[in-house]
Amino acid sequence: MSDDTLTGDDTLTVFERSRAGRRAFTAPATDVPELPIEDLLPTGAIREQPAELPEISEPELVRHYTTLSSKNFHLDEGFYPLGSCTMKHNPKLHERVAALPGHARLHPLQDPEYAQGALELMWRLQGALGEIAGLPHVSLQPSAGSHGELAGLLLTRAYHEDRGEQRTKVLTPDTAHGTNPATVTMAGYEVVKVGTAPDGGVDLDDLREKAGQDVACLMLTNPNTLGLFDRNIEEIAHIVHDAGATLYYDGANLNAVMGVARPGDMGFDIVHFNLHKTFTQPHGGGGPGAGPIACSDRIEPFLPIPQIVRRGERFDLEHERPESIGKLRGFQGNFGVFVRSYAYICSLGSDGLKEASGVALLNANYLKALMGEPGIAEYLPIAFDRTCMHEFVLSGQGAKDKLGIRTLDIAKRMLDHSVHPPTVYFPLLVDEALMIEPTETETKERLDHFAEVVRSILEEAKEDPEVARTAPHTTPVRRLDEAGAAKRPVVRWRPAA
Amino acid sequence: MSRYTGVTDEDLREMLDAIGVGSLEVLFADIPESVRLGRELDLPQGQSEQEVYEHLSALAGRNRHAEAEISFLGAGMYDHYVPALIDTLLGRSEFLTPYTPYQPEISQGGLQVMFEFQTAISELTGLPVSNASVYEGPSAVAAAGYLAKLETKRTRLVASRGLHPHSRAALATHAAGYGMEVVEVPLDDEGATDVEALAAAVDDDTAAVFVQQPNFLGTVEDLGALSEAGKRTGALFVCAADPIPLGILKPPGELGVDLCVGEGQTLGNRLDFGGPSFGFFAADERFLRKMPGRIAGETRDVDGRRGFVLTLQTREQHIRREKATHNICTAQALNALAGVVYLSWLGKRGLVELGELLLRRTHYAREALGLEAINPGPIVREFAVRVPDLPAVMARARDAGVHPGYPLGRDYPEFSDGLLVAVTERRTKEHIDQLAELVGAPAREPAAAGEGVGV
Repeated sequence: MSDDTLTGDDTLTVFERSRAGRRAFTAPATDVPELPIEDLLPTGAIREQPAELPEISEPELVRHYTTLSSKNFHLDEGFYPLGSCTMKHNPKLHERVAALPGHARLHPLQDPEYAQGALELMWRLQGALGEIAGLPHVSLQPSAGSHGELAGLLLTRAYHEDRGEQRTKVLTPDTAHGTNPATVTMAGYEVVKVGTAPDGGVDLDDLREKAGQDVACLMLTNPNTLGLFDRNIEEIAHIVHDAGATLYYDGANLNAVMGVARPGDMGFDIVHFNLHKTFTQPHGGGGPGAGPIACSDRIEPFLPIPQIVRRGERFDLEHERPESIGKLRGFQGNFGVFVRSYAYICSLGSDGLKEASGVALLNANYLKALMGEPGIAEYLPIAFDRTCMHEFVLSGQGAKDKLGIRTLDIAKRMLDHSVHPPTVYFPLLVDEALMIEPTETETKERLDHFAEVVRSILEEAKEDPEVARTAPHTTPVRRLDEAGAAKRPVVRWRPAA
Repeated sequence: MSRYTGVTDEDLREMLDAIGVGSLEVLFADIPESVRLGRELDLPQGQSEQEVYEHLSALAGRNRHAEAEISFLGAGMYDHYVPALIDTLLGRSEFLTPYTPYQPEISQGGLQVMFEFQTAISELTGLPVSNASVYEGPSAVAAAGYLAKLETKRTRLVASRGLHPHSRAALATHAAGYGMEVVEVPLDDEGATDVEALAAAVDDDTAAVFVQQPNFLGTVEDLGALSEAGKRTGALFVCAADPIPLGILKPPGELGVDLCVGEGQTLGNRLDFGGPSFGFFAADERFLRKMPGRIAGETRDVDGRRGFVLTLQTREQHIRREKATHNICTAQALNALAGVVYLSWLGKRGLVELGELLLRRTHYAREALGLEAINPGPIVREFAVRVPDLPAVMARARDAGVHPGYPLGRDYPEFSDGLLVAVTERRTKEHIDQLAELVGAPAREPAAAGEGVGV
């Protein structure tokens, strides 16, 4: 692993590599009068000690971060079946078009007259997303899925207040992503959980009971986090709308239904998209993403400002929208993300998007079938054994009981096989859950290999469960003391006293 | 078959056999017919890579970007030089394509980057704890408001009119959700936050006070005096800051600031028409367990080797659900990587040199323009002036290939003839002189002519 074998510890931070006097930056020459800083700033405002940033040469800086990068598993390297995360291939074209100076070097406050290409791109992306969602109005502004959810609930609040209604509760299924209840609290509502029926869908009786006049919204993912399409969606929409509430679509699982069924046609009022999932954004180790929202006519007046509008052949930003909830963030949103997702939609087109969802289902159901074979199924049974959509959930209860290894152990042992583990311990209602989403960009051989890895881990555990319990064995570090990290937090580097 | 999938006819047969169904269509059987689309999406058919490139390149060609003109446009995002090594490092698949580091053993690179980033932000702000990034600047301000609500249970937020208009707007939008009222404090006649008005605005219901350093007009605020006035009733004092000037300005943490947040675009990120960039969020130690977003912490593995993990996750939505301290999940890890690489590239001395260069060029520019200053006091990186006949002057300058800056009228009706001029290291003395010729000279000439008649 690079030259650190020569220089010792490869976990040194960039700060520890610092040596006084080294530098990577050469300042441009000062071409204006070199007035003393003290003449330009009040004494009390001047920094006395420079910030302790590293002093490092360019070659060492490049090596430091290149070495760090080599310790990351990444999608370009291998299979990444994280449930609900839709880790599909990131086309390389997207980085090229996002980096064009007309995109990358465009100031967000450039006059619309000189940003027509950018505004047209956003307008076209809005149109495509609205068509895919079956809802006519779109705002690209939210920065990520959770931000889109918050936008959705703020829109819901504005909608009800406009009608003179004070509603205090938001319903979320017990299978919901954690962001749903967290968002409800941030938006000033109280969370009310709705149960799950034996078939994995929303418990309709429980919903009917809880959908009262104090309910503002039901937040739902469809297909849900079990990978199941809720067959009662029309009845759910009916119950929610009868109560006067809005129906919100968490778009995390939209990859299952593109071109086949649309949230708007299912009765949803507001949708968020995770461009970094469904519309393939490189995840960057935790962002950036974008969480545009689409909505129906009755919600439209409240959309954030500015809105992109088309006036004849000209595109513009509309700032004057008196009923708008206002701004969720600065400027117009994560435009660089929009460029990539727009390129993706252009590449796939109506035919390709539908095919993507079809193959996502094919891959998920094929992998589910492999997981249902003897040697695997008795240890990792399918939690809800129906035709799944783009993902499915296994329970690790069998492995725990019969082999004495937990889901965590299986996940950690996968690391030694160079595949990323599925999402684990979610959704919460499945014991020892493994949530698997292969996505459409994986080939049959990759899926076969994954099944072989799972099988071999279980086989191995029959002989010696300790191998899995102490895994991983081949990674840059082994299991880390997370409890200790939380108990005695060290969240920044400091020089030794 | 599209180029991003790989199912051959033979694969399809084998896979359907294994599943035990006759066709792909059957897999959609759970979707009721009545909610099926039943037609093709009304979108164009898919295109080749080359066609998509050409389409997007044509769109990009219709934007006037920061290399196509001499731009003094700032107002929250700035045309700084981004070193080449950032393109190289951020382009590495190992940084570009991983998910959030849920499996730390195979994510040590990303986790250590977060830890280094947190250290750098702590150094800049003078506050002991930082998270690993939030979305961007104005929503970071709103996140500080939410922390203040959780911490104080109070209902009012007091914001200086010197806070970026987008930050004030985002704060108001978010506060409407978490049930708080936002009150604004005016600027004094020198374009700084009015300390007395601030002192008068805070009361026992005030959860937090917000100012910006430098403020939206480029004024260097007297943070010490403002925090003293703002905290007298126990409110948290929040400073939104531009990280570059913090290289030469006293760290907010030394001036009574409890939370320092801000927009990180200036640290090695592209303009990108407004995003993605990153927001940073630094705080006093006592707020560590109320922070939003990911935090990396140092620990040891079972063999005693140093390593890094996501820590204090009981704050977060995936663990704590409705009791989480914020709903944020995906943040801006890649942009934060650019931030820490940029700060390491500048280094301890470079950040000071850059700050001093900006300071001197900004003052030179204000002198050179010779127009009435809206904020005549200390400024850094940006300043506001009154420009008679602003629209016509703007149009002439743009025709000459110069973007003179941001007209203040939309956000500050009281400065309807105001122009906000930003200076970065990319704007040389020569550029500034050109701006003075185009914007300063025409505005000064009528006055000069008038004097001439008088003599």
